[in-house]
Amino acid sequence: MKYHSVFDIIGPIMVGPSSSHTAGAARISKIARGLFGKQPKKATITLYGSFAKTYQGHGTDVAIVGGLLDFDTNDRRIIDSKVIAKDMGIDIKFVISDEETDHPNTARIFLEDENDQFEIVGVSVGGGKVKITEINGFKIRFSGNSPFMLVIHEDRFGVIASIANVLGLYKINIGYMEVARKEKGSLALMVMETDQPVDNKVIQDIKNLPYVKRVAILKIS
Amino acid sequence: MKFNSIADLIELTVKEGKKISEIMIESEMETHNLSREEVIDGMRKSLYVMKDAIKTGLTEDIKSRSGLSGGDGKKLFQYLKSGKFLSGTTILEAVCKAVATSEVNAAMGIIVATPTAGSVGILPGAIFATADKLNSSENDMINALFTAGAIGLVIANNAFISGAAGGCQAEVGSATAMAAAAVVEMAGGTPEQSANALGIALKNMLGLTCDPVAGLVEVPCVKRNAMGAANAMIAADMALAGISSVIPADEVIDAMYKVGCALPISLKETAMGGLADTPTARKLEKEIFGKPLKL
Repeated sequence: MKYHSVFDIIGPIMVGPSSSHTAGAARISKIARGLFGKQPKKATITLYGSFAKTYQGHGTDVAIVGGLLDFDTNDRRIIDSKVIAKDMGIDIKFVISDEETDHPNTARIFLEDENDQFEIVGVSVGGGKVKITEINGFKIRFSGNSPFMLVIHEDRFGVIASIANVLGLYKINIGYMEVARKEKGSLALMVMETDQPVDNKVIQDIKNLPYVKRVAILKIS
Repeated sequence: MKFNSIADLIELTVKEGKKISEIMIESEMETHNLSREEVIDGMRKSLYVMKDAIKTGLTEDIKSRSGLSGGDGKKLFQYLKSGKFLSGTTILEAVCKAVATSEVNAAMGIIVATPTAGSVGILPGAIFATADKLNSSENDMINALFTAGAIGLVIANNAFISGAAGGCQAEVGSATAMAAAAVVEMAGGTPEQSANALGIALKNMLGLTCDPVAGLVEVPCVKRNAMGAANAMIAADMALAGISSVIPADEVIDAMYKVGCALPISLKETAMGGLADTPTARKLEKEIFGKPLKL
């Protein structure tokens, strides 16, 4: 079953004109902003496929910038988001790619400031629903429609178990989980969708575990 | 979710003696652990957004970013008010409101995707015109949105709801079927009549291609929203008159799925075929983007 809620069908409430090219695009970049955890100084956005070909007519560009500013899909400020970002001193660059991708509506978003860099690849699958396919070079797959947690940690034995253990103690069930690493012993990434909400206390407990570098939580509705 | 097919849904309404909208509300409460108020309030918000979009589209000068659409909703509204028209008031009102909503969408206004932004005008067009005709309460209109949502969920989970996936029959077709079933409930029809209306409506959309000019949600989308709204009203009236869909709704949905799979990629939102590949469309595309689309 692909759709579970009546509001997947009657919704989202959004700035037009396209649920996939406008609302979906804004959701991908809002997820990126949420995981980056702060306002970026610079953003490089690469558009592929149908995004690359029709972005001007669909407002995909302003939708993505709107998401980076943490605007919701129904925030009218999306229309003026490029001007707003410029006034805030955010350097935004669009790259239009003719590279083939698995899905026609794909965007790569690279965010940076003095201290951090973060990259996400997302696809807009229709009706405003999105999937994230890559984070910092790690291939992953989750919808972003239910709350999810992202943990960046060192690739050591026992780390995954210790995180799962914390969730178990708080009676939080993991609905979906994916772990990835670039090479043995390097930095690893864990993505989890949970059935119950994860609050700040849980996050703090996970952050305090050895070898855990970063924990982020995001709910996109 | 409590139902996976239209047959399941109708069986539940008969067994529990409830309307389709009520089954949908209860299913949403159960699946997402929400109170009735939360579920209803969520839908009320959508109804208000629809109302605003209609008003904007009928009264303001709308123009899309590309310049391809805008102003027809207002034009049609003036024509309707003149009193000299061929078809009926209610049907023309539904069309008017569908066009207005679609144009607001194309111009980056705030809308509710039902089920997508491309098919945004059909459900509000049909529901608001029906409410005017029947003097329906806000509650009736909210319930109609739940009924439409229930139908849309079945279609989305058994076939598709976007033009890119299954052609316009999946997008405008789904919205039309949803709207037809919803207004039947508003008019006091039975759940079976809603199912017949959706079957009749969707049958008449089978094979419809998604061929947007310059790849934009404007031409022919706005006018297909108009025709979707009209189709929904006629299908509802036929069902309310006691006419059945000879092919049951679930089988029509399945047929729509198979037709969608058989449609070539050139007719699924790629702007490679159909109206998008006409000389005028190619000329407009060049004017909008400064170069051919090269899809």
